[in-house]
Amino acid sequence: MSGAETGLHVEGLSVSIGRAPILRDVGFSVAPGEVRGIIGESGSGKTMSAYAVMGLLPRAARMEGRVTLGGQDIGGMSERDMCALRGQQIGMIFQEPMTALNPVMTIGAQVAETVRIHGAGSRRAAMARAAEVLERVGLPPDEVPLSRYPHELSGGQRQRVVIASAIALRPALLIADEPTTALDVTTQAQILALLARLVREDGMGLMLISHDLAVVAGMADAVTIMKEGRVVDSGPTEALFRARRHPYTQALFAASTHVPDPVPQPPEPPPLLQLRNVERSYVQRSGLFGRPTQIRAVRGVSFDLAAGESLGLVGESGCGKSTLGRAILGLDPVDGGEIRLAGAPVHAGPTMPPEQRRRMQVVFQDPFGSFNPRHRVRRILSEPYHALDDPPGPQARATAISDALSDVGLDAADADRFIHEFSGGQRQRIAIARALIIRPELILLDEPVSALDVSVRAQVLDLLADLRRRYGLSYLFISHDLNVVRAVTDRVMVMRKGEIVEAGPTGQVLDAPQHDYTRALIAASPRLDAPLREGSRG
Amino acid sequence: MLRFALFRALSLGLSLVAASLVVFFALEIVPGDPAAAMLGVNAQEDTLAALRAELGLDRGPVARYFDWAGGLLRGDFGISYTYRTPVAQMIADRLWVSLPLALYALALTLLIAFPAGLAAAARRGKGTDLTIMGVTQLGIAVPNFWFAMLLVLAFSITLRWFSAGGFPGWEAGVGPAMKALTLPAIALALPQASILTRVLRSALIETLGQDYIRTARARGLTRRQVLWRHALRNALIPVLTIIGLQFSFLLAGAIIIENVFYLPGLGRLIFQSIGQRDIIVVESVVMLLVFAVILVTFLVDLAYAAVDPRLRRPR
Repeated sequence: MSGAETGLHVEGLSVSIGRAPILRDVGFSVAPGEVRGIIGESGSGKTMSAYAVMGLLPRAARMEGRVTLGGQDIGGMSERDMCALRGQQIGMIFQEPMTALNPVMTIGAQVAETVRIHGAGSRRAAMARAAEVLERVGLPPDEVPLSRYPHELSGGQRQRVVIASAIALRPALLIADEPTTALDVTTQAQILALLARLVREDGMGLMLISHDLAVVAGMADAVTIMKEGRVVDSGPTEALFRARRHPYTQALFAASTHVPDPVPQPPEPPPLLQLRNVERSYVQRSGLFGRPTQIRAVRGVSFDLAAGESLGLVGESGCGKSTLGRAILGLDPVDGGEIRLAGAPVHAGPTMPPEQRRRMQVVFQDPFGSFNPRHRVRRILSEPYHALDDPPGPQARATAISDALSDVGLDAADADRFIHEFSGGQRQRIAIARALIIRPELILLDEPVSALDVSVRAQVLDLLADLRRRYGLSYLFISHDLNVVRAVTDRVMVMRKGEIVEAGPTGQVLDAPQHDYTRALIAASPRLDAPLREGSRG
Repeated sequence: MLRFALFRALSLGLSLVAASLVVFFALEIVPGDPAAAMLGVNAQEDTLAALRAELGLDRGPVARYFDWAGGLLRGDFGISYTYRTPVAQMIADRLWVSLPLALYALALTLLIAFPAGLAAAARRGKGTDLTIMGVTQLGIAVPNFWFAMLLVLAFSITLRWFSAGGFPGWEAGVGPAMKALTLPAIALALPQASILTRVLRSALIETLGQDYIRTARARGLTRRQVLWRHALRNALIPVLTIIGLQFSFLLAGAIIIENVFYLPGLGRLIFQSIGQRDIIVVESVVMLLVFAVILVTFLVDLAYAAVDPRLRRPR
């Protein structure tokens, strides 16, 4: 480091909780007006580093090392001094905009609180300041009044409110911990653009924490890569992205761009799933006496999914992809059109024949939420047998369970363990094993890798490709992540407001999009090669 | 908000109708003839029949229900079988003891529980918290009539600060009347305060773990500030539920305490009326309590909506 006493400097930062070391000798700096990307997988210590800078470590944590901001030693500051510093000189925003705001306070009051708490004005002045700041982050009060409550706002709008409350006093440093991970790609692009603008206008340092190399790639001037509580690689973004000196950096890049080996297609596959003009709507009432409004969640969707094919379905939240998925699985009836599976119409409800149920299984995004935590893996894997008329006996079942576990790369002995004993990636493997156990033909994969770290994600994608090759499975792959969709699907459909706006071979759609919406989605997707492309940064 | 209140008021009215049906017909099928209870075992059959006719017991249950329910609406609760006085007057006299007692006990409950719950949550796991948790455990475990007896032993018999029981009436002045209610109110309040302290503490601790608390801390709020400004209001929903239940309990559930302190309250009235088969009094007091419970629930619902903007739309 040069001797310049501006910005944030972290040197020799070590944190432990009890005997467990959390951070070991971490060092990085964020100059004024600079964006420092901190990249790492879960458990790498990136969030803990942020809490150490904020002085918000858990009470049991012990911290050593030096943290300075603008030449001021903040590592050893008293809690009282840190309270004066937080919000004033350092702001922080978080991953989950849906829960980051107090549900019983208006957004204006929450932004004004930053001003009030630091004695920077009367109640009235603080509210006026809140209005200015909200306008600045793209929430003009005449469109989104200060008197709104968080539940009346979308996720992207809530994140803007959190940003407004963090920057209200123009802090020298803003820490953004996975600020866009929970958001749609287009919203993500808007929030990242907003952060970039604020950095530029205020000369503020930004510590941008992310697991996503591509998000950081388009934003950061310098990057620090962390693994298991240590800094493993660090440097200016372009140089680091070009050189990829450290093996872990290389591994991260490889995992982020990982494409499983292609799965050969049978020459003339018969259609497995056919949708014709499928309609699905529901009625929403605003209040007891409110006028019921009909929401057409799926509008005239038609497509064929061939046996052995992997078909992608992309779109933003609320576009109807999950509603469509539920209709295909026969969980909800359709209001119009027809769904056929292997030639037989799918009817929702108890009349659905077991044979048809057997042909379709589903894997969700959050594996933990889809398991009963009190059941052992054996029982979890046996669940789909309820759908069968003649479930196998105990002996056949035990064989099937150990086969399914070894198919997904787990051990037969894992059948006796509980779900909390597994990591996120292992849980997703168990979810896949559960889907596989009754030998379905179609698996509906609803954001199956969105919650996983990049290296784990690469493994799970390989596993899915391998299983497809081995068992001739068909996938309907629902995702918002275009990179993943490109890697594992043969064809892709783009859905918007309940309609399929574009469909075709994946490479063709993503490289030469025809529809404006597809183009917007692709433009909003963060690109890993952003720092390497000329003129991409100013 | 107004529509929410109207909607809740409508459901309040329907609940009352349902409750009146249940109360009336449940007591109809209870064995025991009020006329026989009043005249004793040796009464002549024709005397009994005459009394039944006078009390209106010879008519069908449906007709009597409409008489009774219609009377309730007009404030006419009928005439007590036993005392031959208007039930409305009996209840009003007793309510002037029970209602102040319940409010007094509730006030004490809140005065104890809020500081204790906040202190325990603010110093979670420390000495203060452990002490408060220990004391409230005791407060919940020990029955309130035993507290009552201890209080009498200490403050009436030994220290002679309070009388051991009885109620001078409000004619004697507010001071003496409140004084007479003080020990019973404390006896009623201690277990309730213990429960409420624990509910508030755990609600606060759960709230303090929420993401928005972290956001508020990142804005520069101290631990104390997030507790008061952010956690407390969010923790109020479960606390309001318990307060509502506790008020209903304090109004209706003071039977034992009223007996220990010899207070002429609703609890004693209902207790005596059951023994005397004075069914019309029992029905009326029970309806009154049902009304009180439903009204309190209604007020709690309104308070929910006041606290949490997400609940302001009727579902």
